[in-house]
Amino acid sequence: MITLSHYLVLGAILFSISIAGIFLNRKNIIIILMSIELMLLAVNINFVAFSHYLGDLSGQIFVFFILTVAAAESAIGLAILVVLFRNLKTINVDDLGGLRG
Amino acid sequence: MDFQLLDLYTLLPEIFLLVGVSGILLLDLFLSKEQRGITYGLSLVVLIVTSVLPWFFYDADPKVIMSGLVVSDLLGAALKSTVCVLVAVGLVYSKSYLLSRGLHRGEYFSLTLFATLGMMVMISSNHFLSLYLGLELLSLSLYAMVALQRDSGRSSEAAIKYFVLGAIASGMLLYGMSMIYGGTGHLNIEAIVSSVLSGQSDSNLLRLGVVFVIVGIGFKLGAVPFHMWIPDVYHGSPTSVTLLIGTAPKVAAFAFVLRLLAEALGHPSLHQDWSQMLTVLAVGSLVIGNVVAIAQTNFKRMLAYSTIAHMGFLLVGFMTGSINGYSASLFYILTYVLMALGGFGVILILSRDGFESEELSDLKGLSQTNPWCAFLLMIILFSMAGIPPTVGFWSKLFVIQSIIDLGYVGLAVTAVMTSLIGAFYYLRVVKIMYFDASDSSSINTTKYSPGMAVFAINGLLLLGLGLFPGWLLSLCESLIESSVRTF
Repeated sequence: MITLSHYLVLGAILFSISIAGIFLNRKNIIIILMSIELMLLAVNINFVAFSHYLGDLSGQIFVFFILTVAAAESAIGLAILVVLFRNLKTINVDDLGGLRG
Repeated sequence: MDFQLLDLYTLLPEIFLLVGVSGILLLDLFLSKEQRGITYGLSLVVLIVTSVLPWFFYDADPKVIMSGLVVSDLLGAALKSTVCVLVAVGLVYSKSYLLSRGLHRGEYFSLTLFATLGMMVMISSNHFLSLYLGLELLSLSLYAMVALQRDSGRSSEAAIKYFVLGAIASGMLLYGMSMIYGGTGHLNIEAIVSSVLSGQSDSNLLRLGVVFVIVGIGFKLGAVPFHMWIPDVYHGSPTSVTLLIGTAPKVAAFAFVLRLLAEALGHPSLHQDWSQMLTVLAVGSLVIGNVVAIAQTNFKRMLAYSTIAHMGFLLVGFMTGSINGYSASLFYILTYVLMALGGFGVILILSRDGFESEELSDLKGLSQTNPWCAFLLMIILFSMAGIPPTVGFWSKLFVIQSIIDLGYVGLAVTAVMTSLIGAFYYLRVVKIMYFDASDSSSINTTKYSPGMAVFAINGLLLLGLGLFPGWLLSLCESLIESSVRTF
């Protein structure tokens, strides 16, 4: 029997993976964008699970909005990435040291 | 609650702004480069009209409309029109800067207006969904605006940093919201409150939710230890965008925090948890913000660290959870955005083609080359440092008074000591302006511009409010009392 806590643990694991992916990764900004998507999906799992077990639909509707915003967000993120690559000729996280102090 | 046509009148400011920005976006396609001034003028007109509209369609007693998504109250009306005026004044400041940097394009104005719309949605939301959507509309517009200067490596680096950290903040906030949803079974702020009051909620899930929400808020406000993006973004963005990020969104963020913490999670059992966390964030921000600002040589970066310190002060007032504390925080944020407007505005006024005027050394001898400008900047810096007779003194005093009333003496002492440290770097700028000889690179031509006129009003307003602070404080108190449901 799969209970609510199974879903919550899955959500928490995915969320932790995405946080680790953002902070431990020193290579590539695209991996950071992937981690951000994963983070929002982890939240979606939480919302759907709660919505199902509480018998309340508003959580599932929230998920639709999160999915839409996530699409807009990754569009902007990739656009910024293209601008960055044109200017700096790199998408390596370690090379982003122009602003310091 | 079913849908009523009457509800749409309350939303008229937002609807007008949305229609206006869509119209401007379309019209701009048919304008040539020389006619771009029309876009600028229309954006200002739309903002000014939007700032007047809320006063015709608000309810003196908070009224929930649109199936619980939006609340219409006095606080919302006041903050919405403040935000519109701030954005409009920011545009006036930026005009010549935008022209000389090739940023005077239709996208800039439509993104500014969309960001304003996002702030207005945040200010009057009564539901996690509208809070989130308003926040994202604001953030997504700002990410794009930071990157708008496409040939600058510095601003694209700032944009990617802002984007990544902003996305983490949204993720944390959403995770917290999902936990609160799981704990109470509702997304509507009033329903959450009644669920907590009736004791039907799961307190463990709620607490976990509060922690994540606080982390998300900390990122958005830029409180220590979630402040890393602030200096880089302020430094790297075009100064006109820095001005926008540093002013109006702070007011919207205040409303956001008020709706989320004071209204939805204001129950004493939860307040106990978040007030402790806010205290830690506040003390960290006060110390790190003020100390690290001393080491800065770039004026924009210095103002960024000063923002962190000011957000610390805001949180100090907020953690009390009392009406006095909230009103002191509201007073603080309203006066702070005026100071930030002037502080970033002066960089815009003094900059010209190929000269950013953002280093502290660029201000050398400003008192000889442009005495009026130097005097006004001095008022703004005195106000930021909290020296009477400027309004900055009163805003700090009210916050400290509200915490001393509740017995947080240690916190009050920390706030005063860190402000003392902060006074050093503000006064150093005054010293550079008045006592250092100007070198050839820092000669500023004095000429009349609309930006200069607005700057004069802005600086004198800080002085005037400092002499007569009473009415603004009583206004803040009545706004909070009429709109915030406390326990």
